[in-house]
Amino acid sequence: MIKQLSDFTVGQRGKIVKVNGDGAIRRRLFDMGVTPGADVMLRKKAPLGDPIEVNLRGYELTLRKAEAACVEVEL
Amino acid sequence: MKTFALAGNPNCGKTTLFNALTGSTAHVGNWPGVTVDKREGVYKGGAEKVAIVDLPGIYSLSPYTPEEVISRNFILDEKPDGIINIVDATNLERNLYLTTQLLEMDVPVIVALNMMDEVEKVGDSIDVPALERAIGVPVVAISALRKSGIKELMGRAIAMPAKRRGATVLGGALASKIERAKQFFAATGVSSPLFHAVKMLEGDEIELRHDGAKQVYEEISAGHDMEAAVADERYKYISAHFSTAKLKKQKSALTRSDRVDKVLTHRVWGLPIFAVILFVIFHLTFAEDLFYINTIYSAATGGGALPTFGDMGYGFLGDSEIYENFGIALAACFYDGAVFSPGVILTNLFNLLLNYISYGIGLGVEAAGAAEWAASLVNDGIVGGITAVLGFLPQILTLFLFFSILEDTGYMARVAFILDRIFRRFGLSGRAFMPMIMGFGCSLPAMINTRTLADDNERTATIRVIPFFSCGAKLPILTAIAGGMCQLFGLPSVELITFCMYVLGIITAVICVIVMRATTMRGAVPPFIMELPAYHIPGFKNLMLHLWDKTKHFVKKAFTIIFVSTVLIWFLQSFRWNWTYIGADDMGESILASIGQFIQPIFTPLGFGSQLGTQYGWVFAVAAITGLIAKENVIATFTVLAAMIAPGFEGTEEGVEEAVLMISSTGMTPAACIAFIMFNMTTIPCFAAVATAKAELPAGKFGGTLVFWLVTSYLVGTAIYTVGNWWWTVFIWLVVAIAAAAVIVLYNLGKINLPKWGKRRA
Repeated sequence: MIKQLSDFTVGQRGKIVKVNGDGAIRRRLFDMGVTPGADVMLRKKAPLGDPIEVNLRGYELTLRKAEAACVEVEL
Repeated sequence: MKTFALAGNPNCGKTTLFNALTGSTAHVGNWPGVTVDKREGVYKGGAEKVAIVDLPGIYSLSPYTPEEVISRNFILDEKPDGIINIVDATNLERNLYLTTQLLEMDVPVIVALNMMDEVEKVGDSIDVPALERAIGVPVVAISALRKSGIKELMGRAIAMPAKRRGATVLGGALASKIERAKQFFAATGVSSPLFHAVKMLEGDEIELRHDGAKQVYEEISAGHDMEAAVADERYKYISAHFSTAKLKKQKSALTRSDRVDKVLTHRVWGLPIFAVILFVIFHLTFAEDLFYINTIYSAATGGGALPTFGDMGYGFLGDSEIYENFGIALAACFYDGAVFSPGVILTNLFNLLLNYISYGIGLGVEAAGAAEWAASLVNDGIVGGITAVLGFLPQILTLFLFFSILEDTGYMARVAFILDRIFRRFGLSGRAFMPMIMGFGCSLPAMINTRTLADDNERTATIRVIPFFSCGAKLPILTAIAGGMCQLFGLPSVELITFCMYVLGIITAVICVIVMRATTMRGAVPPFIMELPAYHIPGFKNLMLHLWDKTKHFVKKAFTIIFVSTVLIWFLQSFRWNWTYIGADDMGESILASIGQFIQPIFTPLGFGSQLGTQYGWVFAVAAITGLIAKENVIATFTVLAAMIAPGFEGTEEGVEEAVLMISSTGMTPAACIAFIMFNMTTIPCFAAVATAKAELPAGKFGGTLVFWLVTSYLVGTAIYTVGNWWWTVFIWLVVAIAAAAVIVLYNLGKINLPKWGKRRA
């Protein structure tokens, strides 16, 4: 099942299959290790529900839901 | 002398390594054209001296951020003798991503594997020789913090051959495409053709600007998405080789960092904890009644107060404010009627020193028998001006120290995480919060702190509104005038007025940010894709070096732009038009007074202009001008002017009596008083802040910023005065505001076209 990273619940994990979005945002995601094939886990959400914090490639990354919506993940 | 560039991810210990390598030889400047720190130093630990250039912390060499472009251009254009690539061993996978890009350049590279001790502590290990064989450049395990492995690192770096051909880890289907692009760049004769070739494949806009590059790109890519393929290949290569090199033990339970994080970013407690931390920082920096000991004492004894040394009968030195007895003067820095906070104690000690110096200079000038004007120039103009500005230094540094600790521990990134949601509404990111809140202490460190903002528009907007977060020096204006108003107009509470003024300042800032982001500072909300580094305890030495840099910057400024401006204002208030000197008490005849009279009509819509009459009406205009040196001067000027209005007037420390006298003798209305406070709060800040803003703003934004401050303060003052005096004008303002908002919204939606006015108000 494919799901957008922005729709994850805390603790959910999966494998990234596709990264969409426009030039700069997409590139930034790639540079931070958000590439197809990477395992990702939603660690927590900010007190106001957005942004989110994910665990991937052995470190913690934060991004907004709007940006996380560019990331398609296979559960 | 050989030159090595230090490159690596943010938070990988790069600054620590740089400090360990260069020690006290480091100096900080800005890269040409941008306010990104340019740090250089010399390594003297080996047989030969080596120059070290610290490149900004970066994750990649893509063309999107100024830091990345700077690093890329430095390596390609300045051709250093080698790159020391510092890699965080605890986060190998993502750090090596940058390494694989650096390896593609025709430059010798050495990898410094930092924090190996941390890796070993949790029971992991990294096979260093295997890593070295795989990437084909030297790899040295170091600990920047413990300074271990540094001699070996530099020894091997210096011994590297002078030339190295770039190599790439990208293979498979990409290999032939890279080869094709490489041939194209090799033919143009640029250095590092391989690097350019790979970047071109990624659709890098800088590479596509080369003549003919676009065609080659179209031909190679054939409509496929090469960018994702390249990033993907890099990570595939890294995980295939080094996930195995690094033998990861099963992560047991939560690390200490995780446990700390659970509390600090808690869903419910995250925000309150943050509020408490902020309060404690401000309390320790600015409180003149530490832990409210005096207040509690007063409450417990039913209104009693702890005695000051003055109450105990100790006298002052001459007509200064220094206690005659040196021991008492020293003790008074820590306690004088109340226990002071560390920030205030430092300020007092520093000011005691400054006071002795200026007192000594005063005596010297008197002994030398200088003319009255010369004595005043030295005492009031030069010494007075410099000490007024330098006097802030301890509190600025204390505040900066606390915020540096928050930054270095990794908490600041979490604050941005917690608050991003709120700030996005105004078109800013969570990062913008810190500089703004620091503004309540002092605008200077706040403006410097905007360096953490990546987006130029966001940064400009933030720097512009920082002064609206009323700083410590503006508080005396508030309390003096609010105190005067309470006495004259029978208003109930000084605190309430003060509090409302603070809130009004914040509202003004929010409105200004929204308007700017919708007009001149338009642009998408900057993306918020950020690493949350593991928490760690900051190194003491790094903190101190950091503070020392700031001190140097500030003192340099204090002695240049600020110095010139203060002497100029001193001159204007001490001389008549016919170049004769007037004593301090006859300010009414000064050049400044006539300038005040001249510009007085401008302030009519704000309530302290022509309607106050010509006899004394100009005093508020003059006070606003002298406030440019330092906002405390507004009250100091009140004292001087009050003495002119009522000869023999004895000033009070808080300036309340002065305010009463000036308000009553000019017939200002309450609305005009509030307008005056708000005008001072939102207009051009003190010279020190102006100089900082000039240094920190992106190129070409300074003039517009001055205009912005003037226009905003004028509008805010006018609105308050008119609405306060004639309540029904609120409808006019509302209609105008709604109309303006409608025009902006419609324009942004492309529904209407506005005539071009050339360069619009920035």
